[in-house]
Amino acid sequence: MDKVYYLDNNATTKTDPEVVSAMMPYFSENYFNPSGVYSAAQEARKDVENARSAAAKFLNADPKEIIFTSGGTESDNMAIKGTAYANTDKGKHIITTKIEHHAIINTCKYLEKHGWEVTYLGVDKFGIVDIEELKRSIRKDTVLISVMYANNEIGTIQPIEEIGKIARENSVYFHTDAVQAAGKVLLDVKKLNVDMMSISGHKFHGPKGVGIFYLKKGVRIHSLTQGGHHEFNRRAGTENVPGIIGLAKACEIASAHLTDSADMARIKAMRDRLEKGIIERIPEVIVNGHPEKRMDNTSNVSIKYIEGEGMLIHMDFEGICASSGSACTSGSLDPSHVLLAIGLDHGTAHGSIRFSLSKYTTDEDVNKVLEVLPPAVVKLRSMSPFWKEKNK
Amino acid sequence: MKYSEKVMERFKNTKNMGRIENADGIGKVGNAKCGDVMWIYIKVENNIITECKFETFGCVAAIATSSLATDLVMGKTPEEALEITNKRIVEMLDGLPPEKLHCSVLAEDGIKRAIEDYHRRKQGLSPLPEKEEDEHEHAHDHDEEK
Ligand SMILES: Cc1ncc(COP(=O)(O)O)c(C=O)c1O
Repeated sequence: MDKVYYLDNNATTKTDPEVVSAMMPYFSENYFNPSGVYSAAQEARKDVENARSAAAKFLNADPKEIIFTSGGTESDNMAIKGTAYANTDKGKHIITTKIEHHAIINTCKYLEKHGWEVTYLGVDKFGIVDIEELKRSIRKDTVLISVMYANNEIGTIQPIEEIGKIARENSVYFHTDAVQAAGKVLLDVKKLNVDMMSISGHKFHGPKGVGIFYLKKGVRIHSLTQGGHHEFNRRAGTENVPGIIGLAKACEIASAHLTDSADMARIKAMRDRLEKGIIERIPEVIVNGHPEKRMDNTSNVSIKYIEGEGMLIHMDFEGICASSGSACTSGSLDPSHVLLAIGLDHGTAHGSIRFSLSKYTTDEDVNKVLEVLPPAVVKLRSMSPFWKEKNK
Repeated sequence: MKYSEKVMERFKNTKNMGRIENADGIGKVGNAKCGDVMWIYIKVENNIITECKFETFGCVAAIATSSLATDLVMGKTPEEALEITNKRIVEMLDGLPPEKLHCSVLAEDGIKRAIEDYHRRKQGLSPLPEKEEDEHEHAHDHDEEK
């Protein structure tokens, strides 16, 4: 493979080599089913339970509140459908936001087809949910509020603690999709007042296809899969032992990284330099997301008068990996629902690109973007009818 | 890569981009909402299209198809140019992903509209206004049969 300049860490991250080495023995040496009665299996059980403790520590939860899943999507499904199915005696109303990941939005849409009502809260131009609208939307039959911690596209961080408090006061369950937040901000389920939380390994240098569903003691949910007694009867199926071991390792590494302020500052400094460099070199750029309440690794910019895919492909010619909110890259005709929710017009939303950094990002990656993107924009604008009209 | 090499080549080394001042016909098609707008310009001398350029706001497929369409038109009479179909454009690009076929339809429409505009102007009528595609038109899979 040619050299890549990887700036798409909100899509997925490089698995930390330490995580990979922690996993390796669990494929061909310690491959035993943790449910077995023989000692080799019991060793595997012990390792899985130690991993559970590590995951619990990462979230300040009790190990019994940790359910290993296949990732963010499954955890989100468990939270939404699991709560909905188990609490029909109370009602069939769910509150979420317009900027959730599709794992939440499409699960809610599915429930809407089956008799549930869903309120999708709007956000302001920075992507922050409207707290007053949230308060007004809570009803007697509301069973769940689900608000994402940090947005994958624009990085905006929600006031989760405050929302959790409102949910508690109203005796409504509260779930947060913290898939993007994990590894980028310290997570404490107690402080945040959450009942459920979704985490995905591959977003913070862990393996793909494994995640965490945090389920607070006493919260009523139904299982989505019927089968064996695994994961406290919540999630049937033989444990993904290598994945779970790798995920736990990623949690440990992330904790160390999060408490290392120099490490965190380095990522933010690179992100800021990238963003500033783009604004300096390219006229008519809008920065999306909240100026401060934003993940330090994420930069989403709208380059006006052109469409995102062309920029991505020009960058790809030079090995740069980034992503876009344009329809062309989403497989639908509409640009990103998040960018529309923050009030961008369709044209501007189509011209949005996202750069997301990680601990593996280097100054060289940033320099490469600043070298390649500006001339690509000049070229694309030179053939854009809107750019010409504007400069007439 | 979801695009053929021909599409990428066209996109990388884009030909005929830009505006013709004093064009004899202009075809404006597309809808910024869906992310694709094409403006096709033609210059006609002695019933031959001597110059054709495009301006496109849109994805890689939109840019590649408009560039190829402008190439195909040049040197033809307006009547011959009307025979260019989106199917031919797609074939010459070694295919397009299904969700991008509408870009080739747009290129064909752009040419037709530029020629219509040329005829109108020749008769002293006002230029054609911009044609806003219906947002949902694209979503249909009518594109393939065309
Ligand atoms: C906010 C958010 N939620 C959920 C998911 C889905 O996670 P996974 O890929 O582990 O299913 C993602 C990742 O794409 C995400 O960014």
